[in-house]
Amino acid sequence: MATTYFQRSGLRRYLKETGEVWLFARRFFSEVYRRPFEWRELLHQCYIVGNQSLFLVGMTGLIMGLVLTLQTRPTMEDFGAEAYMPAMVGVSIIREIGPVVIALICAGKIGSSIGAELGSMKVTEQIAAMEVSGTNPFKYLVVTRILATTLMIPLLVIFGDAVALFGSFLVENMKGDVSFQLFFNKVFRQLSFGDLMPATIKTFFFGFAIGLIGCYKGYNSQKGTVGVGRAANTAVVVASMLLFVLDFIAVLVADIFFDL
Amino acid sequence: MASGTRKPNTKHRTAVAMESLIHIEDLYKSFGEQQVLNGFSLDLYGGENLVIVGKSGSGKSVLLKCIVRLLEPDSGVLEVLGQPIPQLNQYEMDRLRTEVGFLFQGSALYDSMTVRENLEFPLRRHPEKMKGQDVESLIVETLESVGLAHTIGLMPEELSGGMQRRVALARTLILRPKIILYDEPTSGLDPITAKEIIELMLKVQRRYQASALIITHDMDCARVISNRMIILIDGRNHAEGTYAELSKSTDPRVQAFFK
Ligand SMILES: Nc1ncnc2c1ncn2[C@@H]1O[C@H](COP(=O)(O)OP(=O)(O)OP(=O)(O)O)[C@@H](O)[C@H]1O
Ligand SMILES: [Mg+2]
Repeated sequence: MATTYFQRSGLRRYLKETGEVWLFARRFFSEVYRRPFEWRELLHQCYIVGNQSLFLVGMTGLIMGLVLTLQTRPTMEDFGAEAYMPAMVGVSIIREIGPVVIALICAGKIGSSIGAELGSMKVTEQIAAMEVSGTNPFKYLVVTRILATTLMIPLLVIFGDAVALFGSFLVENMKGDVSFQLFFNKVFRQLSFGDLMPATIKTFFFGFAIGLIGCYKGYNSQKGTVGVGRAANTAVVVASMLLFVLDFIAVLVADIFFDL
Repeated sequence: MASGTRKPNTKHRTAVAMESLIHIEDLYKSFGEQQVLNGFSLDLYGGENLVIVGKSGSGKSVLLKCIVRLLEPDSGVLEVLGQPIPQLNQYEMDRLRTEVGFLFQGSALYDSMTVRENLEFPLRRHPEKMKGQDVESLIVETLESVGLAHTIGLMPEELSGGMQRRVALARTLILRPKIILYDEPTSGLDPITAKEIIELMLKVQRRYQASALIITHDMDCARVISNRMIILIDGRNHAEGTYAELSKSTDPRVQAFFK
């Protein structure tokens, strides 16, 4: 009964969709180099992506830093290891928590707005209108948005990490009387190339995934307002899941190349 | 493009020129089980306004979308300006699309752009269409021809439905197409605004010398604008003729449209 289970379980639809996303990504790579480039729209999208999530990322980062430090400090104190707090918090934020949490926030904020925007352009036939005027909507709408998220998510992560470290410093400063300079000295002494590189590289993939899924869902949105809502919603769900998969792969790969 | 022109074979010819701009023969299109176009044929000649009428859901929009390759037909001959649409590559298709304007049923203005940017969008990507004129003067001239020069800085949502339709027409006209496809140009508009749109269509077509394929179920629109009509029933040409001829038809299914 393998086939009936295969059909019933929706596994087939899932595989079909995976294939479609793959083709969508291939189309992105075949069109990204092709002239003419939509520079203005790319800059505009970068501005939107950055501006849209800056406050949210900052808030999340700050709270992340505060909470992480507040919660780990008592345990570290029990071991008499509070001097290692900056190093420990720094490594965990920069290597893992920062990128993943901030990318998830961005998947919610940016992924859904790309899905909804392209979805409503699709159902009101604006994308078709671009096509019939002999212009390339994929290039104008999709390529620019995917590039924008790929470039901007890493910057947002760096910003979020910085704010999180600052939040951690605030707690350390209040509870342990650690100076600004001492705190960041300890953080950066602990961080090696093998911590920074994989953590930064994977954020580009996170950004790419968020843009890709948001655009794919919006661009292929079904008719009607229900379709737009579903596009925005599934964009977030699928992008978030993909982020965890990518993170897992990134950790495996980093483990091989950087010998953590 | 002369290779694809052919002699008209219809007896209801009122067009001035003899060239067939769009030639469709035995077009079939289905969605799954549902057969939408069932051997449809038409020829659009230079300078004429051909109106296609049909019930809602009879496949009128599908037909137009096949002509600009938003949909792929299952089988049949489909030539625009002498070029076989299904065989063209993407580059050739995009060049051809600049010669064919398309006015969408719901206007389909780009709602994140101003009126100016809406008109600029196709123009900037086809600089060869500017013919020495600068962008600004072309935009203003085209907006003036639909009587909306003052809306140039507004967003689409600030315009009424009728004005949106006119801006959409301006956006279609800005590339100076040889053929304009209208998908229900008067749908969703009150009778007075609808009449204005029809008069505008006649005016701009004279001015820019475009031929038109108009899809509608508004018989007032058909009466005013058509040189020739085709009645689309069951995915086929059910009847053809001028408005006057068809309105005298004794066929009950044709008569139903004129009541
Ligand atoms: N992309 C599509 N996928 C599946 N079915 C479709 C698609 N587009 C149209 N159809 C079906 O084809 C039929 C004809 O649709 P079409 O939009 O051409 O109707 P229409 O004649 O333009 O009607 P209206 O006057 O209401 O606009 C409808 O029954 C519709 O369900
Ligand atoms: Mg329709």
